[in-house]
Amino acid sequence: MSELLEVTDLTVHFRTEAGEVEAVDHADLEVRKGEVVGLVGESGSGKSVTSFAVLRLIRRPGQVKSGVIRFNGVDLATLSEEQMRRIRGGKIAMISQSPRTALNPVISVGRQIARLFELHDGASAAQARRRTIEMLTLVGIPDPERRAQQYAHQLSGGMCQRVMIAMALATSPELLIADEPTTGLDVSIAARILDLLRDLGERTGTAILLITHDLAVVAEVCDRVAVMHAGQVVESAPVRTLFREPAHPYTQALVKSIPRVDREVAMEPIPGSVPSLLDPPAGCRYAGRCDRVLPICRIERPVPVRITADHSVACHAWSGPREPAR
Amino acid sequence: MNPLVEVRDLRMHFPIRGLDALAARLRGEAPTVVRAVDGVSFDIAAGETLALVGESGCGKSTVARCILRLLSPTSGSIRYDGTDIAALDEQAVKPLRRSIQMVYQDPTASLNPRLSARRTVEEPLLLHTRLGAAERRARVEEVMHEVGLGSDLLDRYPHELSGGQRQRVNIARAIATRPRFVVLDEPTSALDVSLRSRAILLLESLRERYGLAYLFISHDLATVKYLARRVAVMYLGKIVEVAQTRELFAAPRHPYTRALISAIPVPDPDARRDRFVLAGEIPSPTDAPSGCSLRGRCPLAQPVCAEPVPLREVAPGRWIACHLA
Repeated sequence: MSELLEVTDLTVHFRTEAGEVEAVDHADLEVRKGEVVGLVGESGSGKSVTSFAVLRLIRRPGQVKSGVIRFNGVDLATLSEEQMRRIRGGKIAMISQSPRTALNPVISVGRQIARLFELHDGASAAQARRRTIEMLTLVGIPDPERRAQQYAHQLSGGMCQRVMIAMALATSPELLIADEPTTGLDVSIAARILDLLRDLGERTGTAILLITHDLAVVAEVCDRVAVMHAGQVVESAPVRTLFREPAHPYTQALVKSIPRVDREVAMEPIPGSVPSLLDPPAGCRYAGRCDRVLPICRIERPVPVRITADHSVACHAWSGPREPAR
Repeated sequence: MNPLVEVRDLRMHFPIRGLDALAARLRGEAPTVVRAVDGVSFDIAAGETLALVGESGCGKSTVARCILRLLSPTSGSIRYDGTDIAALDEQAVKPLRRSIQMVYQDPTASLNPRLSARRTVEEPLLLHTRLGAAERRARVEEVMHEVGLGSDLLDRYPHELSGGQRQRVNIARAIATRPRFVVLDEPTSALDVSLRSRAILLLESLRERYGLAYLFISHDLATVKYLARRVAVMYLGKIVEVAQTRELFAAPRHPYTRALISAIPVPDPDARRDRFVLAGEIPSPTDAPSGCSLRGRCPLAQPVCAEPVPLREVAPGRWIACHLA
């Protein structure tokens, strides 16, 4: 199996006046070459912090307490800041939730993309301009010559997100981190952005780590999914398995809690709320909301077990099949 | 039975100001206006939820603001319980505010950070009722309990509450005066999945208990399906389709509705995805095409679509503005 990104045992804490916030707790995550992996969870589950850790962007008061992040087999912690800078925006690119604020308002969008070609590939101004137009065409922007000369405020939200995607793909990254790329966009625009991401992943071979709180978005584009709850990865599985045979009580509750347009079912909200990550409960952080809680759940953190080669769950109450760890 | 709310041919046009507009006027051209709402009509019965859906800029929030008389509509009538609100002056609208309330989209921005939850919920009682201090106190505790907030949260300030709790305070404030009609402007779109489903269930149980009528404004069609009895779909300031919720989702007939519904992501990896895609993006409401405003983007468009297209009743309760439907 060709692992592109391998996060093992990642723990990230933030020091605040009120105490230590345990944002990510012993999380494992892997992304293989060319696949789309969804990272889902409610607000505050540690999804975005995990992605910042991958880019080595955790700054004080944040602190990576444990864990190894390997990208193409290389431990990112061993790289110099200069080497890391070349990876960011080069081999690993990122698009964020609010595309308009992520773009520079006083530089034309075409110039912003062209600069990437000049910086990362040493392209001449003319080459950079030509490739910028190609990129804008690739992400489906009509009339790219004219659009390249415009500024962020002259483009719609959907257009801005396309420009962001063009920028992110400009350096032919091996991994694209998309943090809630469609939140705040209208449904029809969001659908087109998701189609675009899925299609580009297939065409360019770029792997995508898609961060979202929306399981419907996951079902639309992802190959595999990791579910986070209060900083812990509770389950990871191929997307079909996750929807058909969710193993973790939290995943099961999450699937039942969403309003659905495709069938007539009652919604069942997840009981309780995400526990505070300031002094979080020991053991499994879902224990306080779980209907299958055992005494051990409140004492010991469940270690992920493999149900099949591709499906793992971290739950003491799991009594189904398990494969020995690799 | 007369509807509780009756909106007829509502129009809200905003003139464009500024240098360009001035120059145009000096050249003797007709002033440019943004036709944010351009001839909208609908009814809401007592105890009913009507959803008004559409994408950014379609005018749905402007409709809400007109109904609440936060804006004075350009023309048209808004009858609430027989009284035309559109025609009333500021002073005459005031007594109505007790029975028409609103829940806003952003649960944080719509709360005063310097008022505790108790004061926030008490505010409409001070403004719109003559309840004494003890009665107000009792009412605040009662509605806070109804929205599922414990009395230990009463003296907290917005920053001490979670997003879901803040939205409950907003809902409590809206129902404190015992209104009959509440406008919900995207009340769930800023909430997380799990909070969203709880907010929907709360709103539905309040409606049942108090016989509230809702105008539910949203672009989240999955939520609409759970909350609304009927749906009106808006595009560029006009309603293009009205139907019972179930019928609309089962068989959308207007091309815009079809596009909207087929774009909703479905939480099922095996679902069939037949997208009905419109070309391009929504034009500016200053230069909407003549005739059917969708015709520049619609894959089914015919020459006849250049003719004006009224909203007509094609089956009982089913209204469509399309030459081809």
